[in-house]
Amino acid sequence: MANWIGGDQKLPQGRLILVSYVVVLEFILLLIGFWKLQIVQSGHFADLAEKNRIRSIPIIAPRGKILDRYGRVIVDNYPSFSILLLRDDPVQIKKDLPQITSGLNVTAEDLNQQLLEARDEPKFQPIIVKPEATDADLAFVESHRADLPELELMMVQRRKYPPNDFLAHVIGYVGEVSPEQLEQSGGDRYKPGDIVGKAGLEREYNDILTGTDGMRRVIVNSIGKPVRTLDDTEPIPGKPIQLTIDADLQEVAERELAGTIGAMVAINPQNGEVLAMASRPAFDANDFSVRISRKEWTDLNDNPNKPLLNRAIQAQLAPGSVFKILESVAMLESGTPPPDFHVFCPGYGVFYGQVRHDWDPKGHGEVSLHNAIVHSCDIFFYNVGERLGIDKISYYASSLGLGARTGVDLPSEEPGLVPSQEWEERVYHHKWYPGSTISLAIGQGPIDATPIQLVRSVAGIAMGGVFYQPHLLKDFSPVKVVRFAISPGTVDQVTDGMYGVVNEGGTGVFAYDVLKQAKLQDIQFCGKTGTAQTISNKGLLRLTAAERHSFGYNTWFVGFAPRRNPEIAVAVLVQDTHLEAGGAAAPLAARFMKAYYEKKLGQPIQELQAKAAPSKAASQTQEAAAASAARDQ
Amino acid sequence: MRERERSFELDWWLLFIVMAICSVGLMEIYSATHNGPLHGMQWKQLVWIGIGFAGMLVLSRIDYGGLLDQSLLLYLLSLGALAVALVVGNKHFGARRWIAIWGFDLQVSELVKLIIIIVLARYFSELRTERLTLADLFKIGLLVGVPAGLILLQPDLGTAMVLVPVAIAGAFLAGIDWKHAVGVLALGAVVAVVGWNGHFLKPYQKQRLATFLNPENSPRGAGYQILQSEIAVGSGGFWGTGFSKGSQNQLGFVPVRYSDFILAALAEEQGFFGVLITLLLYLALLLRLVDNAQKAKDRAGMFLVMGVAAIFAFQVLVNAGMVIGYMPVTGIPLPFMSYGGSSTIFGFLALGLVMNVRTKRFVN
Repeated sequence: MANWIGGDQKLPQGRLILVSYVVVLEFILLLIGFWKLQIVQSGHFADLAEKNRIRSIPIIAPRGKILDRYGRVIVDNYPSFSILLLRDDPVQIKKDLPQITSGLNVTAEDLNQQLLEARDEPKFQPIIVKPEATDADLAFVESHRADLPELELMMVQRRKYPPNDFLAHVIGYVGEVSPEQLEQSGGDRYKPGDIVGKAGLEREYNDILTGTDGMRRVIVNSIGKPVRTLDDTEPIPGKPIQLTIDADLQEVAERELAGTIGAMVAINPQNGEVLAMASRPAFDANDFSVRISRKEWTDLNDNPNKPLLNRAIQAQLAPGSVFKILESVAMLESGTPPPDFHVFCPGYGVFYGQVRHDWDPKGHGEVSLHNAIVHSCDIFFYNVGERLGIDKISYYASSLGLGARTGVDLPSEEPGLVPSQEWEERVYHHKWYPGSTISLAIGQGPIDATPIQLVRSVAGIAMGGVFYQPHLLKDFSPVKVVRFAISPGTVDQVTDGMYGVVNEGGTGVFAYDVLKQAKLQDIQFCGKTGTAQTISNKGLLRLTAAERHSFGYNTWFVGFAPRRNPEIAVAVLVQDTHLEAGGAAAPLAARFMKAYYEKKLGQPIQELQAKAAPSKAASQTQEAAAASAARDQ
Repeated sequence: MRERERSFELDWWLLFIVMAICSVGLMEIYSATHNGPLHGMQWKQLVWIGIGFAGMLVLSRIDYGGLLDQSLLLYLLSLGALAVALVVGNKHFGARRWIAIWGFDLQVSELVKLIIIIVLARYFSELRTERLTLADLFKIGLLVGVPAGLILLQPDLGTAMVLVPVAIAGAFLAGIDWKHAVGVLALGAVVAVVGWNGHFLKPYQKQRLATFLNPENSPRGAGYQILQSEIAVGSGGFWGTGFSKGSQNQLGFVPVRYSDFILAALAEEQGFFGVLITLLLYLALLLRLVDNAQKAKDRAGMFLVMGVAAIFAFQVLVNAGMVIGYMPVTGIPLPFMSYGGSSTIFGFLALGLVMNVRTKRFVN
């Protein structure tokens, strides 16, 4: 046996004991380590463990439906899936990007752009790769659960808007909550990616329409596959809203406006309910309900015809001769000039040293207030305006509802403008030119009104000075009522004049023709035309004839029926037309009235029956009006 | 006759402790795998334990003097085997560590650990001086360095490192000048720095070390494993979530929870209490080994036992430390608990060496 085996060797017992101390120390250190994790930081790690295994998937609450006045569904929802990309592992995403883009049929540029935009948001906030997944997309995500755990599905309820841009401006649209809204809400109400109303009623009544999202908590394994559901918090659906809109009349209004740039609003003068509100051109809200592409959005915004503009409440234009109604009230109520005021109209007049022409160069001869309204005599109202002066005109225009928002329950209503001496000095820093009063007298110059203001104003005058707040929600409450006492005699004189416009061969004679054809000439449709130049007379004179032609008129017709105690009032605006109001706007208003009464009398509405060729019908309207075009004002 | 009777005597306490550890391991392997595609793994592990146990009985019968006699041959054989593994070995998880023997893929480096214990025991026991000379240290460094280098090439940083404590423990027990000790430590530091900055470490090894230092940096990257392990351990609390009820374990968040991270799975399900019991079992195992070393009949026997103890102590330290984020992820298994044929068999063969020394303790 070799020399290294032998009992003579002493063992280093002291060092062995030292080694055992080192071993004990090792275990003490390890136990301290475990103690720190399992006892001291146990709660923290228990939280992390829960986060690991529990994934909360929101169950989106469907938005409330939007119904018309008879409970017919206008806006509904449909279920759809969104594909989410969880962003907590950028390296993994970068690696999987080609597979994701080819599998979901999205471009790498778009996805990279989205990732770039989302880089400042918290990591746990997923991005929506595909807002609306196809069956193939769903199959792709399901079959790649294991190797693409960053993809996740979310069921959403999407808005289904009616076709043909129906009621588009009134309904508005929804979209993902903006960063500004998020900030304003302080993070409590909204979370990124939430769908909120962005425009129209969707925005106005967002709180009613929005439900409370539910939450499904599922246990997932380490590759993100749900193993079982822990619990569900059921979503609370949003409440439906019922509108004052009559879908049939709305359809007629939109059909009438087809192909034009314009708007139509119809209200019930007795309570302010809006029966129809249309604006053209319009947009398809369904484009917004998924995700509007950058191009579609810029196209809509850059379109010179401004399809996103709700002209019924946002077009602020000179009211033209419609303003003569308000001026008539001012004249009769203030007694300046007296009610029996007469002028001789030779077709022109001189005011403050300036020659002013009537729209009809032949003149109207001897005119009283009644004839002046019926034939829209400019010279008569120049004289009235001269006598009233800016202060009285301004006072009555404001009192009768111009220059202030009507308070209709829609966002972004415009206030319009009523000038005054004070306004002139504030804005232009000079005194009001008395000459401007003359333009103002026929609704030109620095005066702007929206269609809804004009219909509320005229309806309120016909109601004897009771102006209801126009509203779209059926149980809108409280409806604000403005009362401005107008004597019954004034109301009768003015409405009689407006009756004459349609029924006594006035500027609204084409409206009468329409009603007569429908044997509805007895409904006592009263109204007033208005044609406003889109540039000033001086500007017009500087243009050649061809150039002049390219500037159309903004034409109005504001009417109601019947003559006393009206039940329906309508304002029609047709912009940039080469017809004047009697040809362009009056027949539209009349056909709307026809549909209203046909429906009321239980007859089938003819306009709706002729659905087959709406655009043709619209163009025929134009042609017919053009053929018999006579200067109407 | 008297000697023959003695030779049947095993260290029953040691055996009891090891069997207790194996049982905990089997239980946790079952818990970690029973509801997945790897179910039934505990039976495989039981087979490894059986094979290891048989190997232990055989090795405890072979006179360790004879083994020490053959240490040069064993050493050369192990270097050869490592070279063969590098060239023709089977690749698992990107490293050439396995060669097929009797249909099993054997991890050669586990066998090398055993041989290094024997070779160093012989070297240390032949020393006649009270203090190691510089030449001794150099030779020891060479003896450990060559196989460690070959293992590093596989690449397997963990197992290569496991060889080092055998030398350190041996050198300490054989007597080392404290100046030399400081010098060796300094040299080790230099090697570590050069190794890090040079191209000796594979990128994944560097990443593992880097994320060990800063695990929260990349939750889904390499630090993910450490973080998930810490979450499992931490969420266990004092009493644990209960047997096979640990969510992190059962849902697969704990990485290789039946093997390298088995202690994390146990910590989640059995809590600090379970960890305490388990670590006390390991402490008892190590103290029992030291006790055996103290009672060895010669220095060679003591060095053998302490070599085994050094490896076990180091593996427990590194593995348990890794599970709680104090050590990098190196793939060092927990002896007798982690699933794995080679490491289990090594563990029992090492015990065989210890039993061998023990049975000879009264022999003169």
